[in-house]
Amino acid sequence: MSENLNNFSFSDKNKLIAVDILKKYPVERKNSAVMPLLDIAQRQNDGWLSRDTIEYVAEYLDMPIIKVMEVVTFYTMYHTKPVGKNLVQVCATTPCWLRGSDNIVKACKEMISPEQNTVSNDGLFSWMQVECLGACVNAPVVQINDDYYEDLTYDTTKNILQSLIDNKPLQVGSQSGRKGSRAD
Amino acid sequence: MLKEKDKIFNNLYGDKSYSLTDAKNRGDWDQTSDLIKKGSDWIIEEMKKSELRGRGGAGFPTGLKWSFMPKDPNSNNYLVVNADESEPGTCKDRDMIRNEPHKLIEGCLLSSFAMNAHNCYIYIRGEYFNEAVVLQKAIDEAYDAGLVGKNACGSGWDFDIYLHRGAGAYICGEETALLESLEGKKGQPRLKPPFPANKGLYGSPTTVNNVETIAVVPAILRRGGDWFSSFGRTKNTGTKVFCISGHVNKPCNVEEEMSIPLKELIEKHAGGVVGGWNNLKAIIPGGSSVPLIPKSTCDTVLMDFDSLIDVKSGLGTAAVIVMDKSTDLVKAIANLSHFYKHESCGQCTPCREGAGWMWRMMEKIARGEASSHDIDKLLDVTKQIEGHTICALGDAAAWPIQGLFRHFRDEIEDQLIKKVRAA
Repeated sequence: MSENLNNFSFSDKNKLIAVDILKKYPVERKNSAVMPLLDIAQRQNDGWLSRDTIEYVAEYLDMPIIKVMEVVTFYTMYHTKPVGKNLVQVCATTPCWLRGSDNIVKACKEMISPEQNTVSNDGLFSWMQVECLGACVNAPVVQINDDYYEDLTYDTTKNILQSLIDNKPLQVGSQSGRKGSRAD
Repeated sequence: MLKEKDKIFNNLYGDKSYSLTDAKNRGDWDQTSDLIKKGSDWIIEEMKKSELRGRGGAGFPTGLKWSFMPKDPNSNNYLVVNADESEPGTCKDRDMIRNEPHKLIEGCLLSSFAMNAHNCYIYIRGEYFNEAVVLQKAIDEAYDAGLVGKNACGSGWDFDIYLHRGAGAYICGEETALLESLEGKKGQPRLKPPFPANKGLYGSPTTVNNVETIAVVPAILRRGGDWFSSFGRTKNTGTKVFCISGHVNKPCNVEEEMSIPLKELIEKHAGGVVGGWNNLKAIIPGGSSVPLIPKSTCDTVLMDFDSLIDVKSGLGTAAVIVMDKSTDLVKAIANLSHFYKHESCGQCTPCREGAGWMWRMMEKIARGEASSHDIDKLLDVTKQIEGHTICALGDAAAWPIQGLFRHFRDEIEDQLIKKVRAA
């Protein structure tokens, strides 16, 4: 890797993970690793991809920066601006909308910020409206970082957000107490 | 109603763990090498006999699809499993991955062997993080037990399986977009031909199959293609996991017999429509891409490929989205138009420009600011998009709108006229 002024590099742990990721793909096809490498870079960089992190991944894979940039901007899970410590993604596509996702958006507006994609003053939250999360029989749902919270209401959404403020997160999954996708 | 003993996914709800020990107790990985020893021709014949049609939405016969793969032992074939489940309404693969991962992994081995593939990638949508963790653990268990890897299950067949996470893009559920994404690029569909069976992943012969398609393979081979085809109607066979969402009393996923009447499916398993069957307005029977059907059709239609095509809709992913009489149907479909606008990859002009235009027109109608002439124009635009794009996303954006006006145009126009009069 050449000398550069880049402020980002993988942590020791992520260096090992990156080596394992590359093993999944044929040696001459290492560009395939760009998505998983961007993912670990983003996790290391507090949930978003700065210019430095993108350039680092490009250099790591000998890819033109623009090719990595194309990937970053194409997929919705890469963020090019800072996000809250808890990134709340509210599904509002039809199956969730039919079951009241407007109320979940309302709860986020009241407890986090009136506008989406705005980090709260304490840095603890940001929220955004997303398309179908694929948990439609447990609608409405939100994804907070890696976890799904399901079968939500306005009240249970507020409870979950409060539990994260209190640093005592509620159990992930269905908030109505049912098991998985079984009819209750 | 499908009997418990005929269900393939007996841990769909996660009552037991996903672990190898519990999976084996459920019958997974039971003398898998014996199935392999029967040979790839036997496997493909059994699959053809089962009449299984792909569970990802298109419904192409699986055995036939597999038979397109080159049999030359020097050919570097791939199986790629599409776990990019993103079709609004659909959440069946998620349950199979988190609660029955070993059925999927065993299916990957058997299918790959049948298609002369030593390598398999499973492409899972990025949002399914916890599901990916489970699946990776199950893959690791299978490696540790010698079920996959060199000499998989002692069969003499070398087989490697890898999990690849996406990062949020509905279009990657389209098979060639998925392959582009797996190669580290934007997920933009490829022009066909060449088809993936000739030039797929890394330019090698590739078959892309849905999670459910692959996960039912071990059951079909153990119990026989004839057993599978004994469920449902001819060419619409098997058991199927249905996702029932929207205005029902008990939304759920459930495995049932193919060709079950839609009404029976909802009343037996999902607690019925909110407010009773007569409170039903319309149903999207196969995920957001298929046209909705009005209550009068729902009364009698069967849930399979051919009967839903007969009513100008489709089985798609078998995701049943129920809308009762309180629903503003224009808003419900406008919401889907927004989805397709957001998810268009931007490659083909009719879809890139048209999806946004259709959404804006749907919003205009929802606000009550449109005229009958606008509806004509909108329907004309849907016809300009349909069939004029590389992949089916353009069609998928057009069809829900066409379905809406096919069945509810009079009602929508009446409401528009009332709003004009009130203003």
